[in-house]
Amino acid sequence: MNVHTKPDRERLVVIGNGMAGARAVEEILKLDPARYAITVIGEEPYGNYNRILLSPVLAGESTIDDIMLNTPEWYEENGIELISGVRASAIDRAGRAVELADGRRVPYDRLIIATGSRPFILPVPGNDLDGVIGFRDIADVDTMLEAAEKYRHAVVIGGGLLGLEAANGLMKNGMDVTVVHLMDTLMERQLDREAGEMLRRSLEERGMKFVMPAKTAEIVGDGNGRVRAVRLEDGAEIPAELVVMTAGIVPNKEIAEEAGLYCERGIVVNDYLMTYDPRIYAVGECVQHRGVCYGLVAPLYEQARVLANHLAGRGWMTYEGSVTSTKLKVTGIDVFSAGNFLGGDGADELVLKDEKGGVYKKLVIENDRLTGAVLYGDTVDGTWYFQLIREGSDVSEIRGRLLFGQAHLGDSGHGEDSVANLPDDAEICGCNGVCKGEIVAAIKEQGLFTLEDVRKVTKASASCGSCTGLVEQLLASTLGGDYSAAPSEKPLCGCTDYTHDQVRQAIVENGLKSIPEVMKFLEWRTPNGCATCRPALNYYLLCAWPGEYEDDLRSRFINERAHGNIQKDGTYSVVPRMWGGVTTPDELRAIAEVAEKYGAREVKVTGGQRIDLFGIRKEDLPNIWRDLNAAGMVSGHAYGKALRTVKTCVGSEWCRFGTQDSTGLGIRLEKLTWGSWMPHKFKMGVSGCPRNCAEATIKDFGVVCVDSGYELHVGGNGGIKVRVTDLIAKVGTEEEVLEWAGAFIQLYRETAHYLERTAPWIERKGLSWVKEQLEDAENRKALFERFRFSQQFAQRDPWAEMPERHEDEFKPLVELV
Amino acid sequence: MSVTTDEWVKVAEVAQVPPLTGRVIRTENGEIALFHAGDGQFYAIDNSCPHKGGPLSEGIVHDCHVTCPLHNWVLNLKTGEAEAPDEGKVATYEVKVDGGAVYLKLGGA
Ligand SMILES: Cc1cc2nc3c(=O)[nH]c(=O)nc-3n(C[C@H](O)[C@H](O)[C@H](O)COP(=O)(O)OP(=O)(O)OC[C@H]3O[C@@H](n4cnc5c(N)ncnc54)[C@H](O)[C@@H]3O)c2cc1C
Ligand code: SF4
Ligand code: FES
Repeated sequence: MNVHTKPDRERLVVIGNGMAGARAVEEILKLDPARYAITVIGEEPYGNYNRILLSPVLAGESTIDDIMLNTPEWYEENGIELISGVRASAIDRAGRAVELADGRRVPYDRLIIATGSRPFILPVPGNDLDGVIGFRDIADVDTMLEAAEKYRHAVVIGGGLLGLEAANGLMKNGMDVTVVHLMDTLMERQLDREAGEMLRRSLEERGMKFVMPAKTAEIVGDGNGRVRAVRLEDGAEIPAELVVMTAGIVPNKEIAEEAGLYCERGIVVNDYLMTYDPRIYAVGECVQHRGVCYGLVAPLYEQARVLANHLAGRGWMTYEGSVTSTKLKVTGIDVFSAGNFLGGDGADELVLKDEKGGVYKKLVIENDRLTGAVLYGDTVDGTWYFQLIREGSDVSEIRGRLLFGQAHLGDSGHGEDSVANLPDDAEICGCNGVCKGEIVAAIKEQGLFTLEDVRKVTKASASCGSCTGLVEQLLASTLGGDYSAAPSEKPLCGCTDYTHDQVRQAIVENGLKSIPEVMKFLEWRTPNGCATCRPALNYYLLCAWPGEYEDDLRSRFINERAHGNIQKDGTYSVVPRMWGGVTTPDELRAIAEVAEKYGAREVKVTGGQRIDLFGIRKEDLPNIWRDLNAAGMVSGHAYGKALRTVKTCVGSEWCRFGTQDSTGLGIRLEKLTWGSWMPHKFKMGVSGCPRNCAEATIKDFGVVCVDSGYELHVGGNGGIKVRVTDLIAKVGTEEEVLEWAGAFIQLYRETAHYLERTAPWIERKGLSWVKEQLEDAENRKALFERFRFSQQFAQRDPWAEMPERHEDEFKPLVELV
Repeated sequence: MSVTTDEWVKVAEVAQVPPLTGRVIRTENGEIALFHAGDGQFYAIDNSCPHKGGPLSEGIVHDCHVTCPLHNWVLNLKTGEAEAPDEGKVATYEVKVDGGAVYLKLGGA
């Protein structure tokens, strides 16, 4: 298809067919494939390839074919005109066309500049000799491989990430390699001195030579136009028939600058990646955003997503800059760094150093948050640290164990030895019985990149999710540097690329009021979602639009549709509500009667102080509810992502230790909060004194009564890994307890991800953040008001409402016997 | 009612099974789940998940799939097969819609 024949669509032209340009095009196609007639102009004479894997290609660990991302056929199949092997020479902004080096003109309605950057070539005499190159593209790799066949000595100028990868590759090809570095620490932009030293030693052991600190004065020729040596400022000469300059990169901004677009170090863009000309955008390494030019792919991918969102007319995402991490791709040497690894004023450093074992770890902590990490030798936890950095999680609680890694954390369900050391037959996913070997094989053979891919193919981490961390570590250790290319937060599910938070934000900001509307607006990949996203969307909509949004039962799990817990034989269990765990002889009689009448196969007292009737057939549910309703009881919501129970002790009414009326307070709390839908189940407890008989300190919200008032605790849970609550406040009256409880619940409802319990939510957001939100009296009141408002619509007994509307659905359609 | 296997039996009015829901049909040889799928069509499969017998009629329906309520296996309503990586299959039955009613052939498809 020729784009020039399609004037009915806007013409989008992209200059630069590199990693950022091609990714931006892919993102746009995902959102709105028909919107633009797209032309891509690329100077390199190929499709698009994964530039970061040039290092393994040079080292002979991969081939050019392996690293191709989009072949010319891909462009054709997607109706994109690819002009490759030709340089764009100018932008005619007035005439709205790009001029090509071969004289052609390509008109545009919108233009994306994605020209990347080029190696910085030192301004020294002889820098134009044959055999002096940078390390940027396939042509450079070809040159290096040819040189390695013919010549012996290579000098790499610049001991950063790129330089060391080049040096390693050349060495692998049999060359004698010397790295000349200006600084006294290798990779000083990623590593501190200690880690730099260890890295230098292990590279030296492999035969790499270093001259540092040293400044290059001249490149010396052999008289025939080829390089012979590198002369340093002190006069020393190092023989070299090949010189690779890796002393930095320079954004390719000239084409923009010459067209009059405002540039500084790079092409200056705003948070939508727009340049000073609103028809022209820029993305990738050629860009300067909020003063920063990036040199890694992860930020460029984030930029591409925002740009596409904007160009596809969504316009609700903004790019706010990225925290980056790096991993050196030299096989056998593990180096990882992220964030502000140097520390500085007001920052604490945690350091672990094992010289002999070749392990060094430094973590930088500021204001209870991890802000930087340098790892040498053992980088398994890199992904985890990076996640903590990006999410700004409060680490004060785990500070003492942080250096030892996620495996030693113990309370997040990842308690295993570091995965890299596990044997292939070690079980990673207990739910689905998937072993390490299977996962690693799937990642390698099927080219998996994301957690979601792994879940789809192997089922690992697809169920309870507690092995998610391990699977991510496997992805990271198997993919190496590539894994950092994954989006910074996980998408909600395989049907979309948007994260939970982005989806919620889009719902609120764009007034989306139904599941189909959300899916349409956010370009869901599936016609009606899946069993992961539909319940999440249903909850987010319920939470955002109380009273307005009509609950979509088809998007709820069966338990919440049948208002009972489905058991493994397909029968249900029924739990009537007992306010604060208090019941009466009449209620007990009614329960006993229905248990007999409907043949309950077991009657059990639950941990939440309720009575559970097991083995009820689905078609009997409406009747049993009717009978229990008649005796004054309502649904206990024991099945839902909702307020479950408020457990109480007898308190001052009966107990000699009791300080307050814990039972009465528990009943008030339950009356306030019952019926509210939550991201996950929610339990409360009230104990009459610090002896804590109601186990309030392992509840989502717990109250411990004391003589002077009430201590409020949050974020506890029983479950696979017990988590004890954090104390957030002490208050004097029952009224205040109710207000704090309602406000806390609302904060959780509004900001947690669906199926995230309060414990991981608090760990993600940070206890101090939660505290701040609630200590601010005005904010607390507003949260409480929103909670009460939504309760107006939520406090309806589903047992009383359901049968009239849906009774028929609880029976088989027909019995063909 | 007694039925032979190759005759069409009326099992529901279309309105009884709204889109993206499933219902149960009880037969002498166990339960069959009838679904109104995301593509607008009706499909019928055995109401017993190949994994551990979960009641598929209670699962969330999306496009031409249902997710089992017990452990989240995803079954293709057209073929009765479990989606990869799970392996397994349930029997499928022929279904037709005629004059606002849904008919089923017990003989299998
Ligand atoms: C060897 C190597 C290893 C790397 N390793 C890592 C790593 O491990 N992790 C990481 O995150 N990053 C790594 N990087 C950096 C990463 O590759 C870059 O950040 C990324 O490629 C930048 O993408 P871009 O699209 O902005 O630029 P590029 O990918 O360079 O694409 C720009 C394209 O535009 C073309 N172009 C420029 N000007 C014009 C013009 N006027 N007309 C037409 N076409 C033009 C260029 O030829 C080029 O193809 C590595 C880079 C290299 C070279
Ligand atoms: S928590 Fe205190 S008041 Fe409540 S029952 Fe136990 S000892 Fe008594
Ligand atoms: S019984 Fe269906 S997934 Fe286990």
